[in-house]
Amino acid sequence: MIVAERKPFEEIKAMLSGYPRVLVVGCGTCVAVCLAGGEKEVGVLGAQLRIAAKMAGNGVQIDETTLERQCDREFMEPLAKDIGRYDALLSTACGAGVQLLAELYDDKPVFPALNTNFIGVAEGPGVWTERCRACSDCVLGLTGGICPVTTCSKGLLNGPCGGAVAGRCEVDPERPCAWGRIYDRLEATGRLDELAAVQPPKRHNIHVQPAQIVHLAYKRRYGL
Amino acid sequence: MSEQQFEPRILALICTFCTYTAADMAGSARMQYPATVRVVKYLCTGKVDVMHILEGFEAGADAVMVSGCEIGDCHYLEGNLRAKERVEHAKRLLEEIGLESGRLEMFHIGASDAPRWQEAVKMMTERAIELGPNPLRKLAEIEAAAAVAEEEPAPVRALAI
Repeated sequence: MIVAERKPFEEIKAMLSGYPRVLVVGCGTCVAVCLAGGEKEVGVLGAQLRIAAKMAGNGVQIDETTLERQCDREFMEPLAKDIGRYDALLSTACGAGVQLLAELYDDKPVFPALNTNFIGVAEGPGVWTERCRACSDCVLGLTGGICPVTTCSKGLLNGPCGGAVAGRCEVDPERPCAWGRIYDRLEATGRLDELAAVQPPKRHNIHVQPAQIVHLAYKRRYGL
Repeated sequence: MSEQQFEPRILALICTFCTYTAADMAGSARMQYPATVRVVKYLCTGKVDVMHILEGFEAGADAVMVSGCEIGDCHYLEGNLRAKERVEHAKRLLEEIGLESGRLEMFHIGASDAPRWQEAVKMMTERAIELGPNPLRKLAEIEAAAAVAEEEPAPVRALAI
């Protein structure tokens, strides 16, 4: 899922200065799971903002709401009836959600409360690591499920660079050599011969920015 | 505010099985301690939420005490351990916004330890006096008085969507 982290409090506070009525809009999906922007975190952030504002003698109204998610319009449409009461929105969604919220309510300033970091997994409670770079050209089937794009510092596709020292990457000794891990996993499952095939360079050109995907079944609907 | 005028208001979130019992015993034994605490009785401090603490400060509490069983003796096994972690986290949240983390403290007071309850309240009272009143206290009192006067409910912050 998308993993994000709340911005430093001072940065958020500075964004909101000058806006007396703010609605903090939370997201109940990825950012809730990584404990950054879900209902609980929205409650805490709202309380912190109100306390900080009152300490500074500012009269502000900070209200809170948490939506299922902010990457689908239908979850944000119900906000329309109350949005007139606010001068600004503070979204605790990932970058995608913040943008869709801003698009839907484009007459209001929308501020991001989080920094969106990566696509990753939970290693344990409270720890998330990057696993996927969304390269649009997945080779995980060939590498025993270990991504050479995110876990190899050099992003190599055809085996180790040979610079590893005691199994640690020469670029970043904090990391194990990704290709060492790939080799070990394929060896353990008797699939080493799969490594013999030479992989061509990554097709970086198929990932255009901003990327868009239209599902096959919907192409006709959009005249494609 | 001079020391004489400022009477701290301390919110105490305490568990039924240990700290409340100790406080009760202190009362029965007529142990003297400052009349600054307002007690909220939880079955277990494991139910104390970080929001309860923040809301306490927002409502104008000068200090908040969370007090549960001694480590290893929690009636519900690990509630006091959770409370301990949450209090530590809440302290970080307070520091972030410039409210002194010394206003919040976790205690572990066994059911028979009335003297420790007395000590804890005295200590938090002194600390609250030293740190001064909660900057939000005046405003919270005004808001509360206004709500009562106008017979209006307190402002609702969460939208029902």
